[in-house]
Amino acid sequence: MTALDAAAGRNDPDRLIHEQVSSHRQHTLGHAERGLASKRVVTAFGFWIFLVSDIIMFSAFFATYAVLVGNTAGGPSGRELFNLPNVALETAFLLVSSFTCGVASIGARAHSGSWFYGAMAATFILGAGFLSIELREFASMVARGAGPTRSAFLSAFFTLVGCHGLHITAGLLWLLTMMAQVFAKGYRPDILRRMLCFSLFWHALDIIWVAIFTVVYLMGVAQ
Amino acid sequence: MTTPDQPQQSRLGAPSRADLHGKSDEPPDGTGFLRCLRSETARAARGAVLMAPIVLTGCQPAVLDPQGPVGLAQKMILIDSLAIMLAIVIPTIAATFAVAWWFRASNERARYLPDWAYSGRIELITWSIPLLTIMLLGGVAWIGSHDLDPAKPLPSNTPPLEVQVVSLDWKWLFIYPGQRVASVNQLVVPAGMPIHFSLTSASVMNVFFVPQLGSMIYTMNGMRTQLYLQADAPGTFRGLSAHFSGDGFPDMHFDVLALPAERFAAWIEATHNTGPTLDSGSYADLAMQSINTHPFTFRAADPELFQQIVTQKLPPGPGPRTERSHQSVSPRTED
Amino acid sequence: MWGKLSWDAIPFDQPIPLVASGVVGGVIMGVLAFVTLKGWMPYLWREWITSVDHKRIGVMYVLLAMVMLLRGFIDAIMMRSQQALAFQSPGYLPPEHYDQIFSAHGTLMIFFVAMPFVIGLMNFVVPLQLGVRDVAFPTLNSVGFWLTATGALLVNVSLVVGEFARTGWLPYPPLSELIYSPGVGVDYYLWSIEISGVGTLVAAINLVTTVLKLHAPGMTYTRMPMFCWTTLATSLLIVAAFPILTATLAMLVLDRYLGFHFFTNDGGGNQMMFVNLIWAFGHPEVYILVLPAFGIFSEVVSTFSGKPLFGYRSMVAATMAICILSYTVWLHHFFTMGAGADVNAIFGIASMIIAVPTGVKVFNWLFTMYGGRVVYSTPILWSIGFMVTFVIGGMTGVLLAVPPADFVLHESLFQVAHFHNVIIGGVIFGVFAGYTYWFPKAFGFRLHEGLGKAAFWCWITGFYVAFMPLYVVGLMGMTRRMQHYDVAAWHPWLLIAAGGAAIILIGIGLQIAQLAVSIRRREQLRDETGDPWNGRSLEWATPSPPPAFNFAVPPNVQAAEAYWGMKQHVLKQARLDEEPAYADIEMPRNSPTGFVCAFFASFMGFALIWHIWWMVGLAALGAYATFVVFAWRDTDEYSIPAETVARIDRANRSARNAAIASHEAAP
Repeated sequence: MTALDAAAGRNDPDRLIHEQVSSHRQHTLGHAERGLASKRVVTAFGFWIFLVSDIIMFSAFFATYAVLVGNTAGGPSGRELFNLPNVALETAFLLVSSFTCGVASIGARAHSGSWFYGAMAATFILGAGFLSIELREFASMVARGAGPTRSAFLSAFFTLVGCHGLHITAGLLWLLTMMAQVFAKGYRPDILRRMLCFSLFWHALDIIWVAIFTVVYLMGVAQ
Repeated sequence: MTTPDQPQQSRLGAPSRADLHGKSDEPPDGTGFLRCLRSETARAARGAVLMAPIVLTGCQPAVLDPQGPVGLAQKMILIDSLAIMLAIVIPTIAATFAVAWWFRASNERARYLPDWAYSGRIELITWSIPLLTIMLLGGVAWIGSHDLDPAKPLPSNTPPLEVQVVSLDWKWLFIYPGQRVASVNQLVVPAGMPIHFSLTSASVMNVFFVPQLGSMIYTMNGMRTQLYLQADAPGTFRGLSAHFSGDGFPDMHFDVLALPAERFAAWIEATHNTGPTLDSGSYADLAMQSINTHPFTFRAADPELFQQIVTQKLPPGPGPRTERSHQSVSPRTED
Repeated sequence: MWGKLSWDAIPFDQPIPLVASGVVGGVIMGVLAFVTLKGWMPYLWREWITSVDHKRIGVMYVLLAMVMLLRGFIDAIMMRSQQALAFQSPGYLPPEHYDQIFSAHGTLMIFFVAMPFVIGLMNFVVPLQLGVRDVAFPTLNSVGFWLTATGALLVNVSLVVGEFARTGWLPYPPLSELIYSPGVGVDYYLWSIEISGVGTLVAAINLVTTVLKLHAPGMTYTRMPMFCWTTLATSLLIVAAFPILTATLAMLVLDRYLGFHFFTNDGGGNQMMFVNLIWAFGHPEVYILVLPAFGIFSEVVSTFSGKPLFGYRSMVAATMAICILSYTVWLHHFFTMGAGADVNAIFGIASMIIAVPTGVKVFNWLFTMYGGRVVYSTPILWSIGFMVTFVIGGMTGVLLAVPPADFVLHESLFQVAHFHNVIIGGVIFGVFAGYTYWFPKAFGFRLHEGLGKAAFWCWITGFYVAFMPLYVVGLMGMTRRMQHYDVAAWHPWLLIAAGGAAIILIGIGLQIAQLAVSIRRREQLRDETGDPWNGRSLEWATPSPPPAFNFAVPPNVQAAEAYWGMKQHVLKQARLDEEPAYADIEMPRNSPTGFVCAFFASFMGFALIWHIWWMVGLAALGAYATFVVFAWRDTDEYSIPAETVARIDRANRSARNAAIASHEAAP
């Protein structure tokens, strides 16, 4: 291996990260056709592909739920268990949190501390509110003997809705981490890219929630 | 020390003589090539060689020596489908050898067409051949799937004999609800009339399969599958489970005895006279895991038992006993 | 404190796994000691373990695959020899052991041999072919590799501590539920696949983004080499199929760990749901394995015929058609579950439709050779062997796609012979062709040709001798996974099959010898210019091995087969173009994130298997902390000065100029 390779890994802390495009426009033999996309585009695109994979994972849970929804094994069904006012509240929380997340994104791009931190905090509170309602719902179902081990329907319900809840939890952790990052490092391009990914994630979870409350709650109660 | 047939180390883009006269879409010429192709037809004998093992299974037939209408129809479909595909595959393989041989780098006579990379005519053919083939085969598949649907009754003057099948760990239980007897690891049926099987499993998934009679079907706990089979003439056939179900799986084979009608009736008579009774209690014993159970019969079988198994009124079979001393259980299972 | 773990977990009472564990453990300790004493650890850590260079990661993937091939093949030898011996006899492997072996064989071969091999080759080659410096997310690439290695580690640890699953490579319930498989075996399988599945998914996200978003200037999608197209199709398949696997295995985990009722017999569980879901993953999975092989063959056949690939656009269309169609056929894996005639027929016909684009590809490779000058190198031998073998395997596959035919052949050794026919004839032959073809690019010297050819002949002969008898014995009614049997007629065929496995073993031995001999004789086999095969795509424009930055300046792509066009231009003027203006190059910094994350993932997996809950928590925390530390770093790139770039490029230019000169002197 060459000396170059031996040099790999050497820190260069004064070097600022810059977009790849500019440095590679040096010497082209002919016309300028677009080569590499910008880092922001590439990062966002990659994250979209991840979101596609996550949505497909949720689809598998949705499909399982649809097949098992009738397998109540003599236990309670959705009609008896679901509390629509709660669901409406959860939905309101998530929808508004998507809005506040959007505000936070704008605040970050505008490098505005008050908008960014304020909107992120609001998003956190709304998300945590959603989670607490959901956890209370789960706890009450378990207390009534309608926990996930009661029947296949309930296993599917708890897994589908619970998986979404786990994603929300991960999102909240990510949210706090983003706030800490901005606090520690400022509005660096790489941190702004992560903020973009976070907001994509948060909005996607909102969309999945719409699917959940339609397929699980609304259709479950309508039976 | 390099071996003589090491391919020549390439210099940067060594141009060949043919570079000088490679035209982009000149249709391929063929005298030399066709001569080569004819002599290469011998290579198609490879196809015949591959067929030979199939022929050789005449020694111990199973799938290719069916003893019932279902198996017979399936054998025809197998052979027809194979023939349709070999008509494409053998020429393709022959052509592969022929082309690779004729156009080898050392062959001076072969025409070098270094820029020939497209031909609309050829594309049309290469897309059409597989398309037409699968249209033909698709027809075979559609008709065959419907004719040989396991749940489709077989044409017959006599109504089918009802047999209920339960796969357990690791044996087979056959219940005759009409005759109220049952048998373990041995299936006795009358020859020349259709049998209607209703199948389920006591525990894990299995597959009921008698190769010489035809179709197999899954058995699953909590569910009922169906199958119609018929043995045309008296004989003994081998039956087995065709889905891995645990440590005792290799021993889940059973004999299928097809008897003339009178002998079958006599067997039913004889079975009524000896053996234990099959009820929920003896069923629970049977459902315990055991390997290599010798065939035996039950003199009286509860006709409701099968339904109770299917609807899980009788619970699914228990799994392995987990004490370390039990030999069918790995020492590394949970205590 | 230690969950279910106790000293009983080590197989002191079973000689075969005990000896195997001892040998493997000894070898690993020996290698580690050797490497440490030689002082290579710092180099390995700096240059390989923490590397985010796609070339290094690609090589490590392939190395992992080859080591796992040895383990998986030993399993195969054990299975063949057991079946050769076990006629009316218990053989030498008791059922509980034999069942683990065939389960481990399938799991290892698919998830830890075939997948890492193709992902490794795609990782190494695609950025070079696209004319870019690395994949889209280099550190994520490293994470993906090390998580895959974690999965492989867990499967192998099960040999020493505990047991492996006894349920086959896809653990159907109810057999895989806790009540029927109470041991830790299925849990080893589940966590190993769940963890490595994340790794695979991450690699695919990387490759999709790279192929779609990172190109050299002028390289439009229709100017990409065929291998890049198959990489795209494969990666899209992974993105869409692996999440289904993750979800389905997660449901089985919930059944086993928390008493859920997805697939249990009681509580309303539905085992058919598992079968559907797992094959909705499983069928795309086999196309994930074979599409990269198709791409390799496109490259190899075109290069060694001295012609462009025939019908490029057709090939692209066929590849994307296969990609989409592979989602529509999953039910053909369980025609015998009783779905009814209409459903069975529709899926059977859909399965046949996939044969159309596949057939088109075979014909196009044929016509690539037609009018070419075919050089009988080792890669071309693998390719021709593939074309013949795969066509036979595809034929038996279409045969099995006719539902009534499947009704008598499902789960038989005929089916086993079919999928080995296509996987060995397609995937394995393909990765071996790719390995031989790109080895000089990766290491700077070619592999020994004679040994390569000998290995090929052993493999192809051994394959036919091992698997044609299995077709026969499947038609005789023998089902798969039998630890013993009592049908005399099956015995001779199984003896022949065992002989075939022995021939393949010789082939593998020859491949190991080939590697050793090639390393020893690397000066004679040196690739001076970076273009040993008269290649047509951009990877051959770089030195062998390429420097970290791949290209000194981004190549300007004017047409398809970018490098071929550049070469013709250069040869016409009998010298290279003038030297480009060199500039500093920013490259991503190495990072231990991947390795450390996998370290914690390994402990987390092990702890989950053995129910050591505090360890699970600690390991999860460690994994999260690793990411936070990674997120906190301030510099993620380092700069390569222009003088260094110039020096490296000038060295290669002089080698190439020398080649042109000597070619001019002796045409």
